[in-house]
Amino acid sequence: MVPLHYYLLVSALLFAIGVTGVLVRRNAIVIFMSIELMLNAANLSFVAFSRELQDLSGQLFVFFVMVVAAAEVTVGLAIIVTLHRNWKTIHVDAIRMLKG
Amino acid sequence: MDSAWLIPAFPFAGFLINGLWGRRLSKKRVGTVACGAMALAFLTALRLFWLLLQQAPDRRIWEPVYYTWIAVGEFSVRASFLLDPLSMVMVLVVTGVGLLIHIYSTGYMHDDPGYARYFAYLNLFACAMLLLVLAGNLLVLFVGWEGVGLCSYLLIGFWYEKRSASDAGKKAFIVNRIGDFGFLLAIFLTFWTFGTLQFSEIFQAAVQRFQPGDMVLTGITLLLFVGAVGKSAQLPLYVWLPDAMEGPTPVSALIHAATMVTAGVYMVARCSVLYALAPLSMGVVAAVGCATAVFAATIGLVQNDIKRVLAYSTVSQLGYMFLGCGVGAYVAGIFHLMTHAFFKALLFLGAGSVIHALGGEQDIRRMGGLRRWLPVTFWTFLAGSLAIAGIFPFAGFFSKDEILFETLMTGHGLLYTLALGGAALTAFYMFRLVFRTFFGESRMDPETAHHVHEAPGAMAVPLTILAVLSLVGGWVQVPILEDGKRFARFLSPVFESARGILAGTSEHGTHPSLWVEGALMGLSVMVALAGIGVAYRWYVADPQRPEKVAARFSRAYRWLLHKYYVDELYQAVVVEPLKRLAETVHEWVDRAVIDGAVDGAGALFRRAGAVLRRIQTGLVQHYALSVLAGVCLLILAALAV
Amino acid sequence: MELFLFVTFSALTVGSAAAVVWHPHPVKSALFLILSFFSMGGLYLLLQAEFIALMQVLVYAGAVMVLFLFVIMLLNLKPRGEDRAAFKVRVRWAVPLVLFFVGGVLTAVTGALARLAPAGSHGPDWVAAQGGNIRALGRLLFTRGLLPFEVTSVLLLVAVVGVMVLAKKERR
Repeated sequence: MVPLHYYLLVSALLFAIGVTGVLVRRNAIVIFMSIELMLNAANLSFVAFSRELQDLSGQLFVFFVMVVAAAEVTVGLAIIVTLHRNWKTIHVDAIRMLKG
Repeated sequence: MDSAWLIPAFPFAGFLINGLWGRRLSKKRVGTVACGAMALAFLTALRLFWLLLQQAPDRRIWEPVYYTWIAVGEFSVRASFLLDPLSMVMVLVVTGVGLLIHIYSTGYMHDDPGYARYFAYLNLFACAMLLLVLAGNLLVLFVGWEGVGLCSYLLIGFWYEKRSASDAGKKAFIVNRIGDFGFLLAIFLTFWTFGTLQFSEIFQAAVQRFQPGDMVLTGITLLLFVGAVGKSAQLPLYVWLPDAMEGPTPVSALIHAATMVTAGVYMVARCSVLYALAPLSMGVVAAVGCATAVFAATIGLVQNDIKRVLAYSTVSQLGYMFLGCGVGAYVAGIFHLMTHAFFKALLFLGAGSVIHALGGEQDIRRMGGLRRWLPVTFWTFLAGSLAIAGIFPFAGFFSKDEILFETLMTGHGLLYTLALGGAALTAFYMFRLVFRTFFGESRMDPETAHHVHEAPGAMAVPLTILAVLSLVGGWVQVPILEDGKRFARFLSPVFESARGILAGTSEHGTHPSLWVEGALMGLSVMVALAGIGVAYRWYVADPQRPEKVAARFSRAYRWLLHKYYVDELYQAVVVEPLKRLAETVHEWVDRAVIDGAVDGAGALFRRAGAVLRRIQTGLVQHYALSVLAGVCLLILAALAV
Repeated sequence: MELFLFVTFSALTVGSAAAVVWHPHPVKSALFLILSFFSMGGLYLLLQAEFIALMQVLVYAGAVMVLFLFVIMLLNLKPRGEDRAAFKVRVRWAVPLVLFFVGGVLTAVTGALARLAPAGSHGPDWVAAQGGNIRALGRLLFTRGLLPFEVTSVLLLVAVVGVMVLAKKERR
């Protein structure tokens, strides 16, 4: 049986890749994908702990995370479509409305 | 007696209604509200007067206390009134004459666009004036005092589009402020000395604790008199009153002749006990009064503006009132105050009627012969002139003669002579006015002459009533007769203690024989007649004469015409140095220090913002990065621990 | 054998995830993401979470990624890529920072692992008693997780309405 540590390490690496993606990419869709990566990293930890602790509740969490992720993706992609409609781009460095 | 508060409350209600909704009400409604408020106040005053008469003479003092207004440690002031014969007389004069002038104003101001504003101010003035005369302590009196000052300012500058009017309003306000400063100091000193501001307590303590001639009382009374000098336009602070004629004429009649300017006289009479204990102050009051009476009369001799002549005559007559108070003849002073209110209001309203008829013309050089067109105005104006000149049996005769008589009886021979000369001048300039305005050939331009019309009913009726009062108003105080001095008897409880003190310090109470009194009365009438006679010879019989006289005494004439250059003097001595001081302060303190500090603070934050705004890139990822950096810092902190 | 499968799947997962971030073209990023999700499904299988593995493939690799691809196609993005040089500079800065962060969290978590004890009232025996992972999970979902389950339905409804509002063209 593969120890918990290995899974946690994989999960951490996935999460790190996700954070890096959010930080370094300028394409809004890719940023979204990176967020999905982070969510999946969390899911992996959940399932790994579920096995380690001999409790099915961890998998239940993953189930809910998936639902939330699905909802989030639809809304997020809709926002991106709207952005593209109004700005003709989805590069976030071109969209700086928060600048004072 | 509980209804005393209603007297000022009615005009105040009128002020609120006309002030808040006056623009939306019709002119008729506005006039009804304003006059109705004054009528109700007058009726209430009459009812109180009736109740007062029901009491025994020594019990005719009520002091209704409404609530504790200020209470700070030792210092406590109650909002209280003092209703005694003195304030009753004042209330009746203010509400009665005020009512007549309100009615007159509905006619006079009929075509003015600021109709509602005018009546709101007028009602507010009545409220403040009634508060002043009803006040039971110095602080309430001060509130009324400032209130009438404010209304005076507002009404002088009523036609504020006119530069001269708004300037005159400011002048009145600022000159009054000098007097108010003295008055305030007097209030502070009173509280410091007596620990109370309540009239009854002050007077009681003064009689018990102080000897005549006490320095503190002299200080208080002199400071009070500074306030009175400002408000009642005496030397040297009289300069605002002639300029105050820029206001509408009924305002001049009500505020700058009949009521407000007499507040100083009222205040001195109210504090008669304190003055009686300070002989020096009384001397100052008498001297200033007499000097003003003659000084203003001489200026009045040569002025050509009908209202300005009346203004200087008001200053002069107020001087007589102070002379009366200064020699201890408080009854005579208040008596003259009352009769003066009648005939001076009448004269101003008559002048207003003339101005109204001539479409705003105020220069008597362009009048003349108006007797034919304005009979009602002429006869009533004549009655007023006879009254002010002091011709028997008009009201002014009794009051002015009593002041002169008392002046002589208290041993002020010089003041008597001067005041008698002033009386001759008064008769002369008043009849100069009458002859120039109503007699002789018309000197109007044809255009104006075409439009001349007699006053409408709303103006004619008050004129007639005031003319009657100017005739009979003096009969409440007839000398020589056994039962004649009703007015004095009515007022005597108020001045009892002051008279008692004076009797102890001087030769008061010695009463000369009836022959002497009669002879002196004859003398004053003779003097007045002489003045009228000269005026008749110069202005009716021989119209070239005045010019010859003026040419002969050209230097004196110029001095009088320019009012002794007092305004110019004040401008050079007081106004200009103050202006320069203000400019210096503006340049160095305001511009450099205050503006610099404010601008510096602004610039500091602007520059800080210019630096800090670079952090705000608008790029969401930078914000995410800073969050991450924050988490890393937290981890570092955890590792360090 | 298990370790071999684990290494393969995790290498695939992490590698393709890195490619998602690295690859300049969004469509290829999306395809790499699908690969990553697939191999993560394999990891779930190794963890005896059959239902989750199934869901991972169906929902993520299927539905969600189809949606991504749809949007990419819909927007018809121009190949005007990002500034690669600047991108590489950013990566050089971001990677150490992120690694420090993840490392810190990982240290904290593994430090706390010693204190963990199996609490399992819903352990393998119970799963076996229910007749398999899917049945057990379903039972758990409709007993213990009933309220969150219902709430997620509201969440989905909100998402549906929100997307409709956003996607609707503004009418003047």
